[in-house]
Amino acid sequence: MGRYAARRLLQMIPIFVGTTLLIFLMVHILPGDPIRAMWGDKAADPAQVAALRHEFGLDQPVWKQYIDYMLNLFQGDFGKTFGGRQVIDVMTEAFPVTLRLTLLAITIEIIVGIGLGAWAGLKAGKAADSGVLIFTLLVISIPVFVLGYLARFVLADELGWLPPNVQDSTNLAELFLPAFVLAMLSMAYVARLTRTTFAENLRADYMRTALAKGLPRRRIVGVHLLRNSLIPVITFIGTDVGGFIGGAVITEGIFNVQGIGNLLFRAIQTSEGSTIVGVVTVLVLVILVINLVIDLLYAVLDPRIRYA
Amino acid sequence: MPDTSSTTLTATEETAAAPADVVKTEQRKPRSLWGDAWFELRHRPMFWVSAILLVILLLIAAFPGLFTSADPTKGDLTNHFLSKPELTHFFQPDWFGYDGQGRSIYARVIHGTRNSILVGVGVTAAVTFLGGLLGMLAGYFGGLIDSVISRLTDIFFGIPFLLGTMVVLNAFTDRKVYVVVLALTFLGWTSIARVTRSSVITAKQADYVTAARALGASTTRMLFRHVMPNALAPTIVVATIALGGYISAEATLSYLGLGLSEPAISWGIDISEASKAIRDNPHALMFPAGMLTLTVFAFIMLGDAVRDALDPKLR
Amino acid sequence: MTIIDKTMSVPGPRGGSESDGPLLEVRDLHVEFHTRDGVAKAVNGVNYTVDAGETLAVLGESGSGKSVTAQAIMGILDMPPGRIPQGEIRFRGEDMLTMSNEERRKIRGQKIAMIFQDALSALNPVLSVGYQLGEMFRVHQGMSKKQAKAKAIELMDRVRIPAAKERVNDYPHQFSGGMRQRIMIAMAMALEPDLIIADEPTTALDVTVQAQVMDLLAELQQEFNMGLILITHDLGVVADVADKIAVMYAGRIVETAPVHELYKRPAHPYTRGLLDSIPRLDQKGQELYAIKGLPPNLTRIPGGCAFNPRCPKAEDICRTDVPVLHQVSEQGGGEIAGRGSACHFWKETIHG
Repeated sequence: MGRYAARRLLQMIPIFVGTTLLIFLMVHILPGDPIRAMWGDKAADPAQVAALRHEFGLDQPVWKQYIDYMLNLFQGDFGKTFGGRQVIDVMTEAFPVTLRLTLLAITIEIIVGIGLGAWAGLKAGKAADSGVLIFTLLVISIPVFVLGYLARFVLADELGWLPPNVQDSTNLAELFLPAFVLAMLSMAYVARLTRTTFAENLRADYMRTALAKGLPRRRIVGVHLLRNSLIPVITFIGTDVGGFIGGAVITEGIFNVQGIGNLLFRAIQTSEGSTIVGVVTVLVLVILVINLVIDLLYAVLDPRIRYA
Repeated sequence: MPDTSSTTLTATEETAAAPADVVKTEQRKPRSLWGDAWFELRHRPMFWVSAILLVILLLIAAFPGLFTSADPTKGDLTNHFLSKPELTHFFQPDWFGYDGQGRSIYARVIHGTRNSILVGVGVTAAVTFLGGLLGMLAGYFGGLIDSVISRLTDIFFGIPFLLGTMVVLNAFTDRKVYVVVLALTFLGWTSIARVTRSSVITAKQADYVTAARALGASTTRMLFRHVMPNALAPTIVVATIALGGYISAEATLSYLGLGLSEPAISWGIDISEASKAIRDNPHALMFPAGMLTLTVFAFIMLGDAVRDALDPKLR
Repeated sequence: MTIIDKTMSVPGPRGGSESDGPLLEVRDLHVEFHTRDGVAKAVNGVNYTVDAGETLAVLGESGSGKSVTAQAIMGILDMPPGRIPQGEIRFRGEDMLTMSNEERRKIRGQKIAMIFQDALSALNPVLSVGYQLGEMFRVHQGMSKKQAKAKAIELMDRVRIPAAKERVNDYPHQFSGGMRQRIMIAMAMALEPDLIIADEPTTALDVTVQAQVMDLLAELQQEFNMGLILITHDLGVVADVADKIAVMYAGRIVETAPVHELYKRPAHPYTRGLLDSIPRLDQKGQELYAIKGLPPNLTRIPGGCAFNPRCPKAEDICRTDVPVLHQVSEQGGGEIAGRGSACHFWKETIHG
């Protein structure tokens, strides 16, 4: 187990370097000049532009910029925003907000998604199954921003059940609506995946054995079926964290949540490279760590991996 | 399954030797994977619902003039500013009402179809070509080629799709359909590459492929005659399902102001504008949003039906 | 010629305890599957009995209905698509098909246990073998986890798995094929059931291991005086361990016989065909016999005798009349105990 973890950890290093390099190149090589853009349509003073460029290190060759950036990064220095603030400060304000939002969303996703999927899987081919299938198809078809406005319009503006804007991100009641909207898409995928693995594993030979052993149905489903069926579902939830971040850009915008999604969106609009690269770097790290945890969890759940 | 599934086996275990003089019995005709899939598809109502929707949507995309004569870009602020829909005026410019610039929402919904479908189909085609090619190379040749392509896939997969695409698109000021297609392809090819790689590896290990290799088939012949047709199904399934997702992604990007740029008509842009006045004028948001959802729904439903038909495991 | 009543059971060579009837009695069992290609009639009126301590071998090709019959007895058929339109399965005189689900569940594992063909897929891959063995005791006897584990080790010792104590927490994939099948056997034996159904228990194993596993099974059967239904397509396995044989074709029993009788003098052309297609050393150089044709499609079983399209002796009557299971007798007229043949021309086949 220890060696397995160590091997997975080593494999993550090239991916981390590669991914950060890629986002760095995307930000710095693609056309568009963020410094010049600060002046908008007005004429810019070339001397000022050159000075700013030098200040942000944009006059260096890209590879040198990347190496400098990485070296600074490991000392905790993520660079400065165009507004002069430390990127790390901006991030430490925004990350906890998104973390709470995402955790709440994942909780909703797991409870509702696995519940619905298991229900449909056990009733495969019956009306409940078709109902869940069509419902999840619909949820997948509604883009997050449409769903967000709909939910806000109906649940907050019209019915007044939930607050439309998030003032205090530590208040779970306020955070519920955006978390719910954020969770819906992944929830639908989780429900469908759970349904498929349940229906598939129901026909597995070991299920017939469990039946032949005279085990009660509760035990057959709760121990033999669930354990095998959750393995792919957990993997999916792990790989889906990146999707949550994308969704957070939309949801945070609609519900005015001051999290990482809003921060990123503003940074992208203003081509503020230091913030984009900083946030994405942290995100990549978070995703890699989550994947590692999922891998280890996978090994705990599936002994065939552990001893491979 | 119990014994019933194996009734069409030819030689039985007991007789061991293949029956040389096979008696003409009324065995049912064996179906191929594709024949079987088509049989499955025909018997699914979901397939027909999505097929009919898609035919209509493709007609609208190809000939928007057939459905409306109104100009989607011409606004009349004095007479039509956010006018309510006239739900009985079928196919008339005021059917769905007017938007905040006095433009016919019905005309805009109709004329927005083409861009959405172009982006969806374009990205799917590009992604299938690029991802399929890389996945096939990695899966078939293995070794160093596989390592390089797989790490590359991991790296491109590592950047959250929507975020990365936003960064790419932000670099362009005039974002035409092809720009959006290329931007979505830039990070979108990874899942197809992964699926193709693993199905090619599976197909490569199949006995008939080993047999073909033993008989001295050339590399290209092996790839295109033996491996590809048998590895194709999972790739097609993933691509079909993803198509709806790309349409959704385009609308999302346009909504954020990073997708198609005006004067191109995009449901995403319209939804974004309508969202500012949603409390008093929900109709301006509902119609483009409904059409967008319907289109994505049609494609996703098709992908779902195709997946069920091509994956015998689920039957 | 005597005709055996359709509902009459096949008598065993050495009847068990006459007083309380046979251990298991299957009467006129029918099973069908509703598929998209129509109704597949997998079992069409099967009768057999098994006594305590007796081994019945059910022989047949895949699709003959032998496994489906076994699953119906266990109560583990997938229903739907499966359906049992008629028939009785009496265990110790009680019809299990009319029992409640809970009553049947209590019989499964405790009174009737099953051994499956492929132990690798039949054992749960994510649970340790100790857990899966111990589960029997925990569920049926309410033992604690610890007690159950001790019992599991005991069981593993009994089926002669080396170092049972160290391996009890291992997972199925860590064992060899033969060891896995021993674990399956141990699981079936756990609660010392009255009847064991072994569905092709050695098919997935290496030839060298097959004999060991069969010997173990036979030995444990003797020790506990259990009834055993051995489902197989391998005539070689049958000869050593079975008391009587039922040959199935297209969902029917076409011939029954005490084991050595069958090998000496088959009374059905299908059985004869099976025996003739075994390679034999003394016939080296000759072409190996094969039954021509294919087993029938179960959605469209041929009229008359289901075997008629493949039968070398088929005549007009075979295409129109379904043969019942005739009592087989000697040329002189004396009945041969336990022998039956569902062939219009059984006399010609056995004596001709």
